[in-house]
Amino acid sequence: MAVDEQVLYSVKNVKKHFPIKGGLLQRVKSHVKAVDGITLDIYKGETLGVVGESGCGKSTLGRTILGLESLTEGELVFNGKNISKYSARQLKPFKKEMQMIFQDPYASLNPKQRIGDALEEALIIHTQLSAQARREKVIKLLNEVGLKEEHYERYPHEFSGGQRQRIGIARAISINPSFIVCDEPVSALDVSVQAQVIKLLKDLQEKHALTYLFVSHDLGVVRHLCNRVLVMYLGQMVELAPVEKLYENPTHPYTEALLSAIPRPVVGRKRERIRLTGDLPSPSNPPTGCPFHTRCPIAKDHCATEKPVWRQIDDGHFIACHER
Amino acid sequence: MKDTVLEVTNLVTKFKSADGLLPAVRGASFSVKKGETLCIVGESGCGKSITALSIMGLLPSNGRITDGSISFNNKNLASMSPKEMQKLRGNDVSMIFQEPMTALNPVFTVGFQIREPLMIHQKLSKKQAHARGIELLKMVGIPSPAERMNQFPHELSGGMRQRVMIAIALSCNPSLLIADEPTTALDVTIQAQIIDLLNDLKEKLDMSMIMITHDMGVVAEIADRVIVMYAGEVIEEGRVEEIFENPQHPYTKGLLSSVPNVDDPDFELKPIAGSMPMLNEKISGCRFHPRCPHAFDKCFSESPKTFSVTDKQNVRCWLQEEVGQNGGRRASSL
Repeated sequence: MAVDEQVLYSVKNVKKHFPIKGGLLQRVKSHVKAVDGITLDIYKGETLGVVGESGCGKSTLGRTILGLESLTEGELVFNGKNISKYSARQLKPFKKEMQMIFQDPYASLNPKQRIGDALEEALIIHTQLSAQARREKVIKLLNEVGLKEEHYERYPHEFSGGQRQRIGIARAISINPSFIVCDEPVSALDVSVQAQVIKLLKDLQEKHALTYLFVSHDLGVVRHLCNRVLVMYLGQMVELAPVEKLYENPTHPYTEALLSAIPRPVVGRKRERIRLTGDLPSPSNPPTGCPFHTRCPIAKDHCATEKPVWRQIDDGHFIACHER
Repeated sequence: MKDTVLEVTNLVTKFKSADGLLPAVRGASFSVKKGETLCIVGESGCGKSITALSIMGLLPSNGRITDGSISFNNKNLASMSPKEMQKLRGNDVSMIFQEPMTALNPVFTVGFQIREPLMIHQKLSKKQAHARGIELLKMVGIPSPAERMNQFPHELSGGMRQRVMIAIALSCNPSLLIADEPTTALDVTIQAQIIDLLNDLKEKLDMSMIMITHDMGVVAEIADRVIVMYAGEVIEEGRVEEIFENPQHPYTKGLLSSVPNVDDPDFELKPIAGSMPMLNEKISGCRFHPRCPHAFDKCFSESPKTFSVTDKQNVRCWLQEEVGQNGGRRASSL
């Protein structure tokens, strides 16, 4: 998969803070800083993985990029156009270019809607096709994701988890988008089905020249599918690198710990595991300085006070750490 | 040779439903020895959790054991009265569940829930139970355990809750611990902590463990022996090295090549076609044949016998019969 260095989507210092309200008058007490200053370029045709533990803001980042969450701060530049201040009407042609595949295929389909109707919906909104043409297009889509024509008339409960995820994928590609955010698309599936869906995502990417933002906590899947990987911690960028570099030469202590924590399906190989003590701090009250310093095995005094700068250490390899 | 703690023979568990009695477990047999960790691997719907619940006597009201025996320290659990089971559960056998938030009671403090089994089974006074509870929380690595005793489950993080669950499960020194996907709901760094903790505790307390999981990585880290289940049947069993290095059943092979390898960039993903059959699906012959790439005539008509590959590794697949004629041995038929 060759990736040309053409920027499709540019995300500049994006922040998304959710207010915490409390008290009798529901005043805003503080904010959960779910995404706190993310800057990155997404190249045409690539798969950019976003990894991190739950609560690190990876899903919120995906939703914010798609405009499903309003921006607190920052800029979104899609295909050279700054769309961060656009109205809903102005955004409509851009929404056609960006789609999303959700994690839970049980929750993302309307149980009372036939599969065919669910798939047609986007076509009605975004295209001028006749009813006949829409039906043909839907059947073509069903075939493309490995389902059959007869599934058109069926309801979501008649499908297995893997099939539902295929429907979710068909719906995302129905209006020929160029950019798809995949939010943990395989983590709710069984392993044998998971592998089928990964294969399907890969095939579709090649066929339609799609760009993926692949949000996942499964580092194995990410290595298999992605070209570049962004590691997030408490809403901030920790490390960004091409996939081989990140896995062969993880530089940030958090990335190292994350990689060493994965249980490997290989027997009898005792690995030195970097043990992280403690849990993820609360994103409403993140630690000062480097967000990771409370759990970092190599933290020094200044890590608690100074925020590390985002710097390049190798071609395409960025980290935010004082000590490395 | 270590003694056997648990021996499950030909266990059949059926569920009452609108379509009649549906078997979720179809004649599973396995055993657990003292100090051993047995992993039950399989995808959702393969009957692995139902097997565990059958052992614990915690089946939902529409499910019951219709055949087979579960012998635990020479007592048959399958024919025990609910009263007798209650004495055993949480005492000699205990269980950890997948989602600690739903397993812990949200309206009672951690202290109350950890004292409960100690006061019921070990007849400790409240004071003694409290002191023991603090010890237990310390043992599972919870910082400032005395304060945690007065907290409620919602005040703890997911990893901490799972530690509390483990402390409760271990409170009466069980000889068998059943862990049903204890790390699935946790993040990888927390999962690693819990796996290390379970491994340490198992050694320290010399107990047996049944670990139910679908994650082959977790299996490799924790298991001594593995059984692979598919559609209610045990299709392969063996030592963990045998299962990973020399898997025989096409399903086991498929499972192993469906998990992307973190350490190998060129790993080729080979998914198994299709999906797990529903409980009410009627499949003739081998239950796996509709998804099996090697299925031949016999697989469609006859349920496979169990063949042994080594003295510990058994596999339920007709392909072994052909191998068997070239030198392998055939095991007792089921």
